[in-house]
Amino acid sequence: MMQNQSDPIIRLQGLCKSFGDMRAVDAVSLEIQRGEFFALVGPSGCGKTTLLRMLAGFETPDAGQILIDGRNMTNVAANKRPINMVFQSYAVFPHMNVAENIAYGLKIAGLARDEIQSRVEEALTLVKLAGQQLKKPDQLSGGQRQRVALARALVMRPQVLLLDEPLSALDAKLREAMQLELVHLQKTVGITFLIVTHDQSEALSMADRIAVMQDGAVRQVAGPKALYETPNCRFVADFIGKINLFEAMAAPAGKPGRIRISSILFGDQELDGNARGSVTLAVRPEKIHISHHRAAQDGLISIAGMIMDISYFGGYSNIFIDIGTGHPLMASITNFHPDGANAFSRGDPIWCSWRDTDTLLLTD
Amino acid sequence: MKRFAKLTRRAPSGLLDYHRRWPLRLVMVATLIFLYAPVVALMAFSFNDSKRNIVWHGFTLKYYEKLFANTELMQAFANSLTIAFFSTLISVLLGTLAAIALWRFKFPGQRLYEGVMAMPIVIPEICMGIAMMAFMARTGWPQDLIWPLNLGAIMIAHVAFSFPFAAIVIRARLESFNRQLADAARDLGASEFHVFRDILFPHLSPALLAGGLLAFTLSLDDFVITFFTSGPNSVTFPVKIYSMVRFSVTPEVNAASTILIAMTIGLTAIGLRLHYRSQFQETAK
Repeated sequence: MMQNQSDPIIRLQGLCKSFGDMRAVDAVSLEIQRGEFFALVGPSGCGKTTLLRMLAGFETPDAGQILIDGRNMTNVAANKRPINMVFQSYAVFPHMNVAENIAYGLKIAGLARDEIQSRVEEALTLVKLAGQQLKKPDQLSGGQRQRVALARALVMRPQVLLLDEPLSALDAKLREAMQLELVHLQKTVGITFLIVTHDQSEALSMADRIAVMQDGAVRQVAGPKALYETPNCRFVADFIGKINLFEAMAAPAGKPGRIRISSILFGDQELDGNARGSVTLAVRPEKIHISHHRAAQDGLISIAGMIMDISYFGGYSNIFIDIGTGHPLMASITNFHPDGANAFSRGDPIWCSWRDTDTLLLTD
Repeated sequence: MKRFAKLTRRAPSGLLDYHRRWPLRLVMVATLIFLYAPVVALMAFSFNDSKRNIVWHGFTLKYYEKLFANTELMQAFANSLTIAFFSTLISVLLGTLAAIALWRFKFPGQRLYEGVMAMPIVIPEICMGIAMMAFMARTGWPQDLIWPLNLGAIMIAHVAFSFPFAAIVIRARLESFNRQLADAARDLGASEFHVFRDILFPHLSPALLAGGLLAFTLSLDDFVITFFTSGPNSVTFPVKIYSMVRFSVTPEVNAASTILIAMTIGLTAIGLRLHYRSQFQETAK
């Protein structure tokens, strides 16, 4: 059966999985497009790994369907799926050398010897392990072992490559380099990558689209920028990046599509939106401008406060401001000038302001 | 490394270095003498050029020559090796199956089964021997089969007490198995058979060898249980030595014992070495 190239490569419909009383995955429906770098993120225990294991065929869903390339794979065994996986522990076979590891799947598939040879060599070059084929896994570094795991999966030319927390065991520097390399690799081979990670910044920097999961359900699916700039609920806003949240009341503002927000912190303010009643306002730390004097400009929301703490990170500083709510407001300032952050110090009375258009209105 | 060891030896003794204080060293040496002097004497006198085991008369190998010329003893030795070979094979097979079943599946009564499986290790050998004898008599196990089938009863008894040892060694090795390896193989298209042959078996092989050597040694030098299950035509090496001792403890008996001790120590050492090496290999990663 020929599949239309614009059809999704993976389509999940109402997928459920429980372990005992715990609903690990709760009615998840999701579509992943061909050639996409897709990320599943969420805090630990949100069901993302269970979802991945169901896709790989290691868990059987209680309900729902898994369609891969238009074919129903819900009850197909793991070894019969056109999908391969890179495991968190890499799971490189310790008694086989690099080349044997990579060739394993091809041997099982019964390919001819010279075909295996050429594909293994191709894969080794792809993951930059050429010349290492005779090494045993215990002679390799963590990063190299991961490359073996990658090559071993890619050499099968799967329709989808699953990656379960692939970078969590690497140190910070290597992780950053590997993130970039994985993105380049994905563009080179053109295979759909589905990565599971608890690290939202990793997902933001690598993926074309991201699904945020909480308690077994998908809360939002969007591109990195949309997810960061326009989260659809408190959970996503809070999980992706850093954010300041305020409670407020919303009422109609007379004009259609505009509402009047009242808050004890900054009085009344008109914003775009249709929400009514209790709402949450959110603003990202880097959108906040701080100054010693109140900025006199239209369309700004301003709060007075006092600096509680300054965390210096080299390129930027995070400033925590007591605004009398119990939750300090966080503002990020770049240290463009070497003594930029020194213009402020603990205990300074300060004005925080941001454009009203940078205010996110969350109702959920 | 060697130079380093020397340096540390010369360092002043620390608070917990008990083994470096002379009273404790004395106790240790005395204990070793008490335990092993008889064995060493037995081995030494197997080379003694005298009929009696009292005075040293000079070195000879003639009792070893006599030993190899003794057809009854050689037959007993062949019996022992045959029994050990087959009971080891069956023990390792059963031990592997039991260990994998306990590791892989969860079933009601699992803990109970695990405990019961290890029972032959703690049951007094004499009871085990009598039970085996009663069992064989009651079931009417044929006594007059041709060699090596006449050894069947002893083999069954040996499997019964040596398979738990094999199972325990193999079970310990399974604990260090990374289950993601099996998942990874399945993910690459491997069937359950492939997973066993290509992934699980190579991981288990040191334990299979170690468990096998252990079972072999246990079978080779078992006396009590064998004594109760052997007939006049199925005498093993230890049982034969026992019957020789009943007449007198000749240097020939010493020589036979020495061979048995050497084989047992050698095989146990190899077995334990493989077992520990396989465990350390995993923890090192």
